[in-house]
Amino acid sequence: MMRLELVKRSEKSRLMSVLSPVVAVALTVVFAGMVFAAQGHNPLTGIWYFFLEPITSLWGVEQLITKATPLVIIALGLSVCYLSNNWNIGAEGQLTIGAIVGSILPILFPDFVNPVVLPLMLLMAMAGGALFALIPAKLKTVFGTNEILTSLMLVYCSNLFLDWMVRGPWRSPQGYNFPITVDFHEWAVLNAVDVGGVYLNLSAPIALLLVIVLAVVMRSTLKGFEIRVLGQSPRAGAFAGFSNRRMTAFAFALSGALAGLAGMMVVMSEIGKLQPVISPGYGFTAIIVAFLGRLNPIGILIAGLVIASSYLGGEAIQTSLQMSSKLATVIQGVLLFFVLAADTLILYKVRLVPGREGEGAHA
Amino acid sequence: MGEGTGDSTGEMLRRVGGDTPLLEVRHVTKRFGSFTANDSVSLKIMPGEIHALLGENGAGKSTLVKIIYGSLQPNSGGVFWKGRPVTVSSPAEARALGVGMVFQHFSLFEAMTVAENIALALPNCRATGELSDTIARVSANYGLPLDPNAHIADLSVGERQRVEIVRCLLQNPELIIMDEPTSVLTPQEADQLFVTLRRLAAEGCAILYISHRLEEVRALCHHATIMRRAKVVAETDPARETVNTLAQLMVGNQITRVVRERGKLGPEAILLKGLTQVSQEAFGVSLKDIDLSVRAGEIVAIAGIAGNGQKELFDALSGEEPLEKEDMVIFAGEAAGLMDINERRLLGAAFVPEERLGHGAVPALKLSENVVLTRHGTGEGIARRGFTRFGKAGRIVETVTSLFDVRKGVLDPEARSLSGGNLQKFVVGREVERTPKILFVAQPTWGVDAGAAAVIRQSLIDLSRKGAAILVISQDLDEIFEIADRIAVISRGHLSKAEDADTLTPEKVGLLMAGGAEKKGAAAA
Amino acid sequence: MLEAIILTIITAATPLLLAATGELVVEKSGVLNLGVEGMMVMGAVAGFAVTISTGSPLLGIVGGAIAGMLVSLIFAFVTLTLVANQVASGLALTLFGLGLSGLMGESFVGQPGIKLQSLHVPGLIDLPFVGKILFGQDLLVYLSFAAVFGVSWFLNRTRAGLILRAVGDNHTSAHALGYSVVGVRYLAVIFGGAMAGLGGAYLSVAYTPLWVENMTAGRGWIALALVVFASWIPWRAAIGAYLFGAVTVLQLHTQALGIGFPSQFLAMLPYLATVIVLVAISGNRRATLFNTPSSLGKSFVPDR
Repeated sequence: MMRLELVKRSEKSRLMSVLSPVVAVALTVVFAGMVFAAQGHNPLTGIWYFFLEPITSLWGVEQLITKATPLVIIALGLSVCYLSNNWNIGAEGQLTIGAIVGSILPILFPDFVNPVVLPLMLLMAMAGGALFALIPAKLKTVFGTNEILTSLMLVYCSNLFLDWMVRGPWRSPQGYNFPITVDFHEWAVLNAVDVGGVYLNLSAPIALLLVIVLAVVMRSTLKGFEIRVLGQSPRAGAFAGFSNRRMTAFAFALSGALAGLAGMMVVMSEIGKLQPVISPGYGFTAIIVAFLGRLNPIGILIAGLVIASSYLGGEAIQTSLQMSSKLATVIQGVLLFFVLAADTLILYKVRLVPGREGEGAHA
Repeated sequence: MGEGTGDSTGEMLRRVGGDTPLLEVRHVTKRFGSFTANDSVSLKIMPGEIHALLGENGAGKSTLVKIIYGSLQPNSGGVFWKGRPVTVSSPAEARALGVGMVFQHFSLFEAMTVAENIALALPNCRATGELSDTIARVSANYGLPLDPNAHIADLSVGERQRVEIVRCLLQNPELIIMDEPTSVLTPQEADQLFVTLRRLAAEGCAILYISHRLEEVRALCHHATIMRRAKVVAETDPARETVNTLAQLMVGNQITRVVRERGKLGPEAILLKGLTQVSQEAFGVSLKDIDLSVRAGEIVAIAGIAGNGQKELFDALSGEEPLEKEDMVIFAGEAAGLMDINERRLLGAAFVPEERLGHGAVPALKLSENVVLTRHGTGEGIARRGFTRFGKAGRIVETVTSLFDVRKGVLDPEARSLSGGNLQKFVVGREVERTPKILFVAQPTWGVDAGAAAVIRQSLIDLSRKGAAILVISQDLDEIFEIADRIAVISRGHLSKAEDADTLTPEKVGLLMAGGAEKKGAAAA
Repeated sequence: MLEAIILTIITAATPLLLAATGELVVEKSGVLNLGVEGMMVMGAVAGFAVTISTGSPLLGIVGGAIAGMLVSLIFAFVTLTLVANQVASGLALTLFGLGLSGLMGESFVGQPGIKLQSLHVPGLIDLPFVGKILFGQDLLVYLSFAAVFGVSWFLNRTRAGLILRAVGDNHTSAHALGYSVVGVRYLAVIFGGAMAGLGGAYLSVAYTPLWVENMTAGRGWIALALVVFASWIPWRAAIGAYLFGAVTVLQLHTQALGIGFPSQFLAMLPYLATVIVLVAISGNRRATLFNTPSSLGKSFVPDR
């Protein structure tokens, strides 16, 4: 029998740092091909429809950018959390609460129609998301409560809260009893502009700007250094004079704010009002994006596009091959496994050796 | 006592059964990647013999022991037990042969009881009342009293070692391997251990005794195998050698002695007044009313057994653990008790913690980034307007590297890729290069080879003679007597009065370490 | 009335208890598997699928357990053999399980299932009050009781349990003594997968014999919280599970009474209760520290 043996490298492999996401994507493509074959399709045809066909048209590119934008913005915030060892998995809830808080202006003050509404809404959404994210952060720093569980529990609560808002106090009187709010006015929506045949709104350039800012922060500022140090070694971080508590609050607030911003922009550009469901799980998918991008801003930008294309691929195989679009979420999950597994190559050499486990038998 | 028992079983076995060694290792080679840890190593142990395995840190002793105990497999060469070739593919097989081991870093389970810990090492055994009775009997018999139902977490270091030894004895071993057993004991506890070991040898049990303490090897062992750089360089009867000749064999001819002359004392630079702190941790030690003053130009050392408040004291001095009152700690005349670590650094203080990796340095960060770690807030311009200047940090790495002879493969490696000695030189050098006015160092040369240790100790002495006040926390009495001008002892959170090193002996310090340092009336608390 | 309430509490608590007991063993071995939700939902979909294709709810339950085991093996391979980050891999398992179950269950949506029959001990079941509670439950309820006692006995009274705790307490020492750290952990993770799968199958075969996408609705996460609440002691997990069952029942009954309280807020109760319980338990840090497996969440790579 053969078994795997890991040999620790003395230094991180720079080559593998770049190569490991590529390996993971390649393995995922192979996996997808096997699924298509198992379903009686030509694997190459399936791979074409799933991974490539959606981006052959301008409309496809536009869709890709639209889907990738919120994923990238949320994943940027999450990357700061994960790098600093704060496990925020409640971005979906922070997105929802942010969107609700930002929507106060167009819903409760429909007569306040003014260009300042747009930036105000974005800022309020960021504040709302940040404050909501501070709940698990504070519970962690004050009581030592596990932030993974609390941040996730709050997702369920926030979704139920949104459901109540749109069915109860905020339901539109003109909505024929549908659970929706009033339509937002002209200064409360993001309009798309023609950019070389592709219609884009403000959110994509904002995402790009955030990528650049975070890349600079992580590479050459003391704050970026602090994030990395505290994440890798809290005790060494304290020795450097950095505060773990403040970092937890900072990371959660930042990622909450970015999730809120992303949620608000999705509502302002794609929906134009609130309804019971405003996100197809962007907050959770962004976790995959963050890891696939190896928690690096540029990597996240690329990963956001890759994952967004899988959403489009899901729709494409549904129309052209009559397969379920849910295959997309499975492939995303598989991709995350491959990413985590391939990351092993950065720190270890993997060897296949004959024989049994070297640790020996039970006593 | 052991010397007198000439007609004991052990003596007889050693004389009579002299032709068949109990254990023989022949030409064992073990490589880790490109690094050779054991290069054709051979070793013979006779029944009833206390056999020393001597060598510096990194000489390959631990690797050899792991091969004998079955934790590692050699690349070539063989192990023979009572003359027959054996393949020891796991510790369980080693135990079945009759080999027991007492680890240097104890392999005990903190959250479990003594009985459970012992049951885990015995084949098909559960922690029953019967086992507890056996433990109580055997431990009392060998002068190692133990409560079978106590949790390991509540035991002192010495008691933990007893658990390891009793665990070993219950397997009725013919060979016991002891890895640096006295490194955690007071001199008095060590003497007690030697009595037990001599008795075991007299009963016919062989002992492979790993150490770098030459005095005790001379006093205890019948035979010595000496390793240097992965090879066996000598075999000898230690009683016929002197400490110096043994040291020559161990380190080769590159021993550097530390030079220390009395320095000129300046004003009081470190002053601790009634430093008291209740520990917040589950198994922490509270600091109790500590007074101490260190003047510029002198080195004061704090001796003590691990776990007596050293970690807590260091954190209180560095500011990682906030204090109640600002005048409990005074640096260069300024009350620093409420300051954080970087404010204290701005007063001219520098710190070297005990743990190199994970406290003093971040393992996966480069050396230049690890310079930023402790020097971004010292007003040297390494961080400016929120931006870090890694180029400047890189130049500091170069200076430290050449001053302290830090050996590294690439220009700016990750901290974890350096050997223990080189990383320690870097971590100390990073602070010394700043020429701080006040320096705190915990275990400056723990687990470091003699060459690096000499460099580090000399650098501390030189720094103090340039006018710095240095406080060293150490468990190593040799080191303390080598560098300290005055010595205090910490015991259960109490600190004894610092006395002139020339008026003290290791025995006297040992007594203080065993509890004599505690203030009168406080011992009961 | 009271009898009915207790019966509903038991049904609401059983899936939580099954999954929590499994995860407790996993964590005692030093592995943090955050993928309970994913394993449970796989158990639910597989349990439902096997039940309606064979017509046997019993086989469905077995199918659920096997599905949980299979996906837990992916986690085990990634975290134990390839030493990937356990937190991230657990999240991956959850996302993967939710996706795959949605895909597998697509054709079952809206189909009626077959309910697992309750035991019917003639005579005893007619005993006043305790009859139905003690003698009229389905197999999995009894299994969940057995699991609590069995796990408790295993951890504290058997040598294998001693070894498992040793591996979780200090994997370096366990390795030095010659125990196979990775082997023990593989077995623990697979057991946890089977128990989570059973918990999921209970939902789709006994609790509400239906398949609905994401039907676990966070129960896997609540089970994880229960393990923390129980500070790794099995009988405390049982108490926790029944407390949560009670919260769920409270929610249902308040809704039935038709007080003008928005149903959404009642539906939040189990989640809010989880947060509150986690905060309450973290007040007692000393006890938690002593019971927490010291190697929890840490990867183990032996020297070679």
